[in-house]
Amino acid sequence: MGLLSSTVSINRYYVEGKIEEPVLDTVKKGLVKHSFRETVDDPSNKNTGWTSFNNHFNPNFNGSSFVIDALFVFSLRIDKKSVSPKIIRKFFYIEAVKRLEESGRSYLTANEKKAVKEHVIDALFLRMPAVPNIYDVVWNYEKAMLWFFSSNKSASEELEILFSASFNQSLIKIFPYSEADILLDLTEKERDLLSFLSPTNFTG
Amino acid sequence: MMLDVSLTYYKYGFLGGEFLTWLWFYIGNTDPDNLFDNKKEFLEIGNKIVLERKANNDVEKVTIKGKDAGLEEGILSLKKGAFVKELNLLYRKEDKEWSFTVTGENLGLSNLKTPDIGFIESKKDIEAFVVEKIFLYESLYILIDSLYKKFIKLRVSASWTTVVSDMNKWINS
Repeated sequence: MGLLSSTVSINRYYVEGKIEEPVLDTVKKGLVKHSFRETVDDPSNKNTGWTSFNNHFNPNFNGSSFVIDALFVFSLRIDKKSVSPKIIRKFFYIEAVKRLEESGRSYLTANEKKAVKEHVIDALFLRMPAVPNIYDVVWNYEKAMLWFFSSNKSASEELEILFSASFNQSLIKIFPYSEADILLDLTEKERDLLSFLSPTNFTG
Repeated sequence: MMLDVSLTYYKYGFLGGEFLTWLWFYIGNTDPDNLFDNKKEFLEIGNKIVLERKANNDVEKVTIKGKDAGLEEGILSLKKGAFVKELNLLYRKEDKEWSFTVTGENLGLSNLKTPDIGFIESKKDIEAFVVEKIFLYESLYILIDSLYKKFIKLRVSASWTTVVSDMNKWINS
């Protein structure tokens, strides 16, 4: 779900700390170093990296191509492979029968079954094309705020990990307490009172 | 800034549900002309409210959908001790309209539809569309943050007791 879609979901993060000057170069380096790279012979089921907002399948962070109106705008790409358990079961059966015929035995040990299953999954993942998922990111560096255009929890976790690896900065998720503590400009007294709050009973 | 995120996330998780429950009460019990300092903005409850009640280890969830529907069911859930978990809202400012759902858990926005900004006809238009869309999202966050600030200021003040009493009367009326 992209930021230009007709319907969107947004979750906000506070970006803790400042990054090394010059900021534009540091951000570019982080994006390039962790940009999405296509893999052909990788049996893993997931591949993650940054990509260009306006060109999801050919990341290019040249110049200030990721800057729009003083904001950093780019995308997180997560390619995932998935294979139905029924397909795995089918190929596991075929491979197990083949190995039994080759060995002349009537059974496979638990370790052999495990090895066959891993071999089958690796072989299937190698042949299976990954499904690309794109999530747009808008980073307002001046306000230390980042908008992530998804409410998907696993995508959010990938964002937090990749952001930290790329820019050496932590993302603090905005939720009721962190919003009050960080964004609302409360007085010291109000922040103290906030930390002592306990749930209200509206019906008592 | 040292913020133990996971600790505060769970310890103060109740704030999101209280905020949305208060917001429902606040919108429903305030003259629409008095919600804002001007006559250009309007806010009303949209077409979906999700309530949740936790009892022992069980979670009871009630979803109410449809325009003006289910007020009674929602109030009944509140009477049993439920809090609003998700609230769909309609916001109008001058000739523009936003519809969106706020989630109490993280104050995230979903099903967000902004005012129409036309169609992108060429690649050259994209940048201008991004700027326009971001402005529209930002406008909504200004609204949400100001409402949440109003709630938090009340929540930490002595006036909260009066608000709770008023909400109690509303729930039991």
